[in-house]
Amino acid sequence: MNMPISGKPPKKLSLKENYALLTRGLGWETSYESMDKVFPQCDFEGIKIHDWDKWEDPFRLTMDAYWKYQGEKERKLYAIVDAFQQNNGQFNVSDARYINTLKLFLTGVSPLEYGAHRGFAMAGRNFKGAGASIAAQMQAIDELRHAQTQAHTISHYNKFFHGMHDPIHMFDRVWYLSVPKSYFEDAMTAGPFEFVTAISFSFEYVLTNLLFMPFMSGAAFNGDMATVTFGFSAQSDESRHMTLGLEVVKFILEQDPANLPIVQRWLDKWFWRGYRLLALVAMMMDYMLPKRVMSWSEAWGMYFEQNGGALFNDLARYGVRMPKYHDVAAKEKDRLSHETWGIFYNYTHAAGFHTWVPEEGEMKWLSEKYPATFDKHYRPRFEYWRDQQKKGERFYNKTLPMLCQTCQIPMGFTEPDDPTKICYRESHYRDNKFHFCSDGCKDIFDFEPEKYVQSWLPVHQVYQGNCFRPGTDPTAPGFDPLLEVLKYYNFNVGKDGGEYLDSEDKKHWEQWTGKPGVSI
Amino acid sequence: MQVDIKTTSVVQLRETFSHVARHLGSDKPASRYQEASLNLQSTANFHYRPLWEPERELYDVRRTQIEMKDWYAFKDPRQYYYGSYTIVRSRQQETMEKSLEFVDKRGLLRDLPQEIRNAVIFALVPMRHLEWGANLNNCFVTAYGYGTAITQATMFHGMDRLGLAQYLSRIGLLLDGNSGESLAHAKTLWMEHAAWQPLRRLMERMMICRDWFELFVKQNLVLDGLLHPLVFRQFEPRISAQHGPALSLLTEFMTTWFDESSRWVDATIKTAAAESPANAERLRGWIAESHSEIMEALGAYAAELFGEDAAGALAKVEATLEARLTKLGVGSTGKAS
Ligand SMILES: [Fe+2]
Ligand SMILES: [Fe+2]
Repeated sequence: MNMPISGKPPKKLSLKENYALLTRGLGWETSYESMDKVFPQCDFEGIKIHDWDKWEDPFRLTMDAYWKYQGEKERKLYAIVDAFQQNNGQFNVSDARYINTLKLFLTGVSPLEYGAHRGFAMAGRNFKGAGASIAAQMQAIDELRHAQTQAHTISHYNKFFHGMHDPIHMFDRVWYLSVPKSYFEDAMTAGPFEFVTAISFSFEYVLTNLLFMPFMSGAAFNGDMATVTFGFSAQSDESRHMTLGLEVVKFILEQDPANLPIVQRWLDKWFWRGYRLLALVAMMMDYMLPKRVMSWSEAWGMYFEQNGGALFNDLARYGVRMPKYHDVAAKEKDRLSHETWGIFYNYTHAAGFHTWVPEEGEMKWLSEKYPATFDKHYRPRFEYWRDQQKKGERFYNKTLPMLCQTCQIPMGFTEPDDPTKICYRESHYRDNKFHFCSDGCKDIFDFEPEKYVQSWLPVHQVYQGNCFRPGTDPTAPGFDPLLEVLKYYNFNVGKDGGEYLDSEDKKHWEQWTGKPGVSI
Repeated sequence: MQVDIKTTSVVQLRETFSHVARHLGSDKPASRYQEASLNLQSTANFHYRPLWEPERELYDVRRTQIEMKDWYAFKDPRQYYYGSYTIVRSRQQETMEKSLEFVDKRGLLRDLPQEIRNAVIFALVPMRHLEWGANLNNCFVTAYGYGTAITQATMFHGMDRLGLAQYLSRIGLLLDGNSGESLAHAKTLWMEHAAWQPLRRLMERMMICRDWFELFVKQNLVLDGLLHPLVFRQFEPRISAQHGPALSLLTEFMTTWFDESSRWVDATIKTAAAESPANAERLRGWIAESHSEIMEALGAYAAELFGEDAAGALAKVEATLEARLTKLGVGSTGKAS
């Protein structure tokens, strides 16, 4: 212990040097136990990393700085949330129909934030390099923040509106929530490199604008200051996460040429997985926001075709090409939201939020935004439904739909080149036939069939009798299977879902705010 | 547009979320801690078995031998959720930053005698690697543990350990004039010095532990319960008594942190032990096993720090831990006091 360390006067450290000194050397090459035992998940995906020191720390945040910045942000955020609650800010939104976007968000997105929290903890524990591990851990704690601030903010809405009282229970059970749930569990059950490629890059970097922009700008346009506040507060974390996403992919690709085909396959898979998930956002943008921000088609053009296109051009020097089937997404962009809203209009009695036929002014907006498709394919259907509704025969589809084995969305999407024909694909595996909504979903299955045969498909599960509460007797007289499934979801039947015009949310809104409600 | 709400006509429909109300027993107002923690993790209908552990579900209670009827019986007495946690730590880091500045400006560490500087580097700076190990161990619990009540707290605890590793590094930088020499030297000590090797071996053993509750116990209760008091309650006061309070100022964060987080560690162990005799037995087994391993590993290190007073210093921290264990119902006598 006698190495003389001189007590010389301090030199000034740049942020970068300071970060490197405080972080880089923390890890060590283990020798009492092998590195492979200490980091057992680092190799099985086939990704080769030769030098973890080449990792460029994208955040350069030391813990003290992290506490300082984040503590400050939380102080501000909770001050605004408190004020919002005291002032009954929930009644200042544009219309009670808007609240349905929050139901979708809290049940479909917030649980993903939680999954991201745990998933990044897994990645953080599994990366051999301290820099990469810390970046992942910081995202892990950030994502916990997002899950918790969302619960705290939306908690107040939950006290006055239906459909969002049991988000995690619903996330684990309700049919359409298996779309986000299976998406995220797919990533978490893969290895650490696929997880970060899927979530940090394909989701956070490439597609996140298509999730956050619609919800946060949608909130701003519709007077929801609470959501705007947590949204913008999360946005500053998000920009760190996006940087991480890009760094992850560049780092993997620079480490070994053999990584390219693996990464490209992940980019293809996670583009399509993410894009299918965004079908829920597409319908939210075009149908659920009383005051619209932009159309799904415009958003896709701007955020994916332009920005994403430029990004993939940049990555071309690594040998990366555009994700497979991006051309199909382009063909679908004038149909996606309409087809998806149509599905939910059919099954809204079994959903945790309300649906409705757009008002005449809204149909006009849709005609303008979708000149090639809306009036031709979708308006007539809405007018038909509207007429039925006026006659007191609101249409509810009482059968259960076939689901795509991969994305788990009901098979309601149309052929890339024919908007009048439902797209069906199938694969045979171990004497069984599996169904897909698209070539993208079929490819994903075909590459890893052992994984996707396990999908917990809500419709199959209902038919197999696995979606009733314990003790339910299907042979009892008067047994109502649909009602029992809704109870298994813990829905307040008739309040959490169904037609908006018939809803208690609408009734309360009019009573409590004195604002006129919508009608047909 | 502001709307005049006829507040008299507004009827609040419920007090909290159903998943919170189920835990509370009825729908009643819930705290932010409760709404941030209770039943936040998925529990059912998992889609795919993990490629990295196909015999388990994504979240699976079987990743530890501890069994609980309700994994949300664990409560953090500090009631930390992300917001309250970061706000508390941001205040503490402000104080620590002032101390670092104060000591730096006056050269209080730099001007210590060479021998003392070396002793401080030897005792404290390689510990940054041990804290990094503690970070990864808590990260493991966060990743593979069950129930947000415990995994969110280990998330915070893990980040705390990264913070500690970095504050220990800052002490090194104060001693070496920001050259990083002390950090490089500490790494060599950590990798090669005979007194540090038993501790490194111990840490590497913990890093391959696959039962997350076992790891929690060994790291956060036993190792920390012995090592932290040894360094920050025994070693540091000896230095400060002779050479002024500079080191006290710089380790204030650690001592406050240890007392604070011990309350949570204790509550967690107590809850697990109180759940069933089988749990208590299991905990006692892990504690006994790691206790003797750790005492052994600390021998050479304590000898370097305390010379002939090493046995006395070790006896003191051992007694402190034993008293703590007895209180928690997992002492070697097997009785809670
Ligand atoms: Fe997030
Ligand atoms: Fe699909």
